[in-house]
Amino acid sequence: MLRYTLTRLASLAISLLVASAVIFLVVEVAPGDPAAYMLGLNAQPDTVAALRAELGLDVSRPERYLDWLGGMLTGDFGVSYTYRTPVAQMIADRLWVSLPLALYALTLSTCIAFPAGLLAASRRGKAADIGVTAATQLGVAVPNFWFAMLLVLLFAINLGWFSAGGFPGWDDPLAALKALTLPAIALALPQAAILTRVMRSSLLDTLGEDYIRTARAKGLSRGQVLWRHALRNALIPVLTIIGLQFSFLLAGAIIIEQVFFLPGLGRLIFQAISQRDLIVVESVVMLLVFAVITVNFAVDLAYAAADPRLRTRR
Amino acid sequence: MSLLDIHALDVAIHGTPVLSDVCLSIGAGEIVALTGESGSGKSMTALATMGLLPDGAEARGAVMLDGTDLLTLPEAQLCAHRGQSMGMVFQEPMTALNPVQSIGAQVAETIRIHTGATRAEAKTRAAEVLTRVGLPPDRFPLYSYPHALSGGQRQRVGIAMAIALRPKLLIADEPTTALDVTTQAQILDLLRGLVQDFDMGLMMITHDLAVVSRFADRIAVMQRGRIVEQGPTTEVFARRRHAYTRSLFAASRHRADLGPARPGAPLLTVENVRRDYALPRTRLFAPRRHHRALADVSFAIRRGERVGLVGESGSGKSTLTRAILGLEPVQAGRITLDGAPVGPETTRRMQVVFQDPYASFNPRHRVARLVAEPFHALANAPRGADRSRAVAEALTSVGLEPEAAERYIHAFSGGQRQRIAIARALITRPELVIFDEAVSALDVRVRAQILDLIAGLTRQHGLTYLFISHDLSVVRSVTDRVLVLKDGRIVEEGPTAQVLETPRHPYTQALIAAAPRLPDLPDGEADAASPAP
Repeated sequence: MLRYTLTRLASLAISLLVASAVIFLVVEVAPGDPAAYMLGLNAQPDTVAALRAELGLDVSRPERYLDWLGGMLTGDFGVSYTYRTPVAQMIADRLWVSLPLALYALTLSTCIAFPAGLLAASRRGKAADIGVTAATQLGVAVPNFWFAMLLVLLFAINLGWFSAGGFPGWDDPLAALKALTLPAIALALPQAAILTRVMRSSLLDTLGEDYIRTARAKGLSRGQVLWRHALRNALIPVLTIIGLQFSFLLAGAIIIEQVFFLPGLGRLIFQAISQRDLIVVESVVMLLVFAVITVNFAVDLAYAAADPRLRTRR
Repeated sequence: MSLLDIHALDVAIHGTPVLSDVCLSIGAGEIVALTGESGSGKSMTALATMGLLPDGAEARGAVMLDGTDLLTLPEAQLCAHRGQSMGMVFQEPMTALNPVQSIGAQVAETIRIHTGATRAEAKTRAAEVLTRVGLPPDRFPLYSYPHALSGGQRQRVGIAMAIALRPKLLIADEPTTALDVTTQAQILDLLRGLVQDFDMGLMMITHDLAVVSRFADRIAVMQRGRIVEQGPTTEVFARRRHAYTRSLFAASRHRADLGPARPGAPLLTVENVRRDYALPRTRLFAPRRHHRALADVSFAIRRGERVGLVGESGSGKSTLTRAILGLEPVQAGRITLDGAPVGPETTRRMQVVFQDPYASFNPRHRVARLVAEPFHALANAPRGADRSRAVAEALTSVGLEPEAAERYIHAFSGGQRQRIAIARALITRPELVIFDEAVSALDVRVRAQILDLIAGLTRQHGLTYLFISHDLSVVRSVTDRVLVLKDGRIVEEGPTAQVLETPRHPYTQALIAAAPRLPDLPDGEADAASPAP
């Protein structure tokens, strides 16, 4: 297990290094001058030159790459061109909204999907299975922004249980969680629908395996077989989907952030792109790559925990 | 009163009868073999006894275990019986164990769910049981996982789970069919020892009459969901009252008539071939280690020769086959067909018939297209009407109607599919045919028919082939010369009859000693097939 972890860790480090090089190359070495691009078509040559100096574009590329890399390792992401504030601070502020939101939504979707998937698989073909399957159809089909608006109408406007949007900050953790609840539900629902279907079909595949019959011959009931033998074997595809969903939720919540006026990462990228703030774009992209790769690493470890065959890869 | 009394058992699945009027009894300490071809209802009888029939199945009659009618018990009480008073061992050791649980946990589970023993007690008991089945914890720790064990060792774990609580009845469904002959002999010994020690009744399901002959006290022969003949093994073997029993016996000792071999010039030569596989590194920067699948293999096949290749799993048979087909790079040595090194050019001059008649065809193509497939490799392949004629001829030559060309593969039985596979292999008149375990998945009577078909085609067309099999009786039937492969080396080679009757290498001797054989039968029916002494 230790060897497996170290191997995965080494591959994580290499992936991050390669990703940083690719992002740097695409943004900095791509044709065109970043400074000219950031200032737009009507910029004066001397403003462009000033910006080049400010951005440090006048030194050689390898030197710039190392500077950028070293800066990120020490937490210095540069200064945003449009806001004139350190990028690290901006990202940190947004992350305090996006990360809890993603985790919240993921927890909700997992908490819905596991019991629903188990129920459907154990009652295959019966009313409960048909009901769950129909509900997942609906969950996948309904656009989450529309569902978000319905939630706002019902719980914020009619019932007044939640506020319709905005984020009060983490000074009052309860209020913050409350503000994130409706967006998390809106995000979690389609994810839960997908996860339920994966969980159900993976469980049904597993229940058809020979070792399930062996377990039944040992005297285990259908329910015991499901819990003790099928669940863990069925987890691998489910873990894969959970990993993908987390990466998506972190930055893919732009529309939901707009609906609920949340200052999240999605909105930051959107604004940075429309304002041509390359430094922010570059840093946020690197951060997302880092998140995806780290989540994959965690999923790999979870695989190995679930399946001993992966620990000693023959 | 017997331990198990199955009385007038009828089973239907969604209204289709699969068992009718099955009556069978097993006493304590008795081994009763249930034999017959696939689909005859052997496994259904076992599953009905265990109360594990598939969904939609309905059973009538009585299954009395020690005075209790299992068919009338509710599911909860059946669960209490399974694993406690009756245990079951399944055919496929590779898939019958849960891959994510240690062997100790899986054996201990049987003990824990029935006795309420603590984790530690169950673990101690599990260690004892595993020791009894030949897996002592000092060599096979309780925390080992199934993937680290061989097929035979996994089957021992399966047996340990089934006998952990010393059930009165053990059901073994083809427990050795997936194993090599030497492993099979060990597992049969283990089962026999357990029956004696625990005074268990054993219901042994097997299609292999040779296994039955040495092993069972009594035998029941099943055909189409009915028991057509049963009695003490020696008596059933001697009398063979039912026509079906007679045909099973005849097919088991069937010898095909190949006609005399007329070896010509060398066709395939394999010289000093070596194939290594790199193993994964043990540490990040450790040097790679290698597994030698083939070590210095040399032999030649002349035109018109029928050569057998025998060896157990892992001996290198598959690697050698792929190397001959040019699908596998070799590290040393050379393989030539008619003087030309094997590769894409020679592949079209060879054809293969594989083991699994179900998996080796594309289910979405019609038979005509499947059989004509080898033509794609030829530059001047017949087209249009000529091609249809060639397909019709090929199908006729393997005993099928030409109309079969228009149907899909799922419409055919296993034996018919293997005929189609042979038609596909022979349509281009290849110089060398490789039969890779081509009859291993077939029932004994179908197997005899396919062996006859191969022999007939050989007499007619003078085929040259390499026949790969783990089954010595089959190799004896359709080859003139045999190669014995062990750990990637050919340890013995010679005329088939000579090697099988007076083997020189200890491995060949062990292989032949372990292979179950049918006894000599009194009434001359199978004189032509008298087995080796």
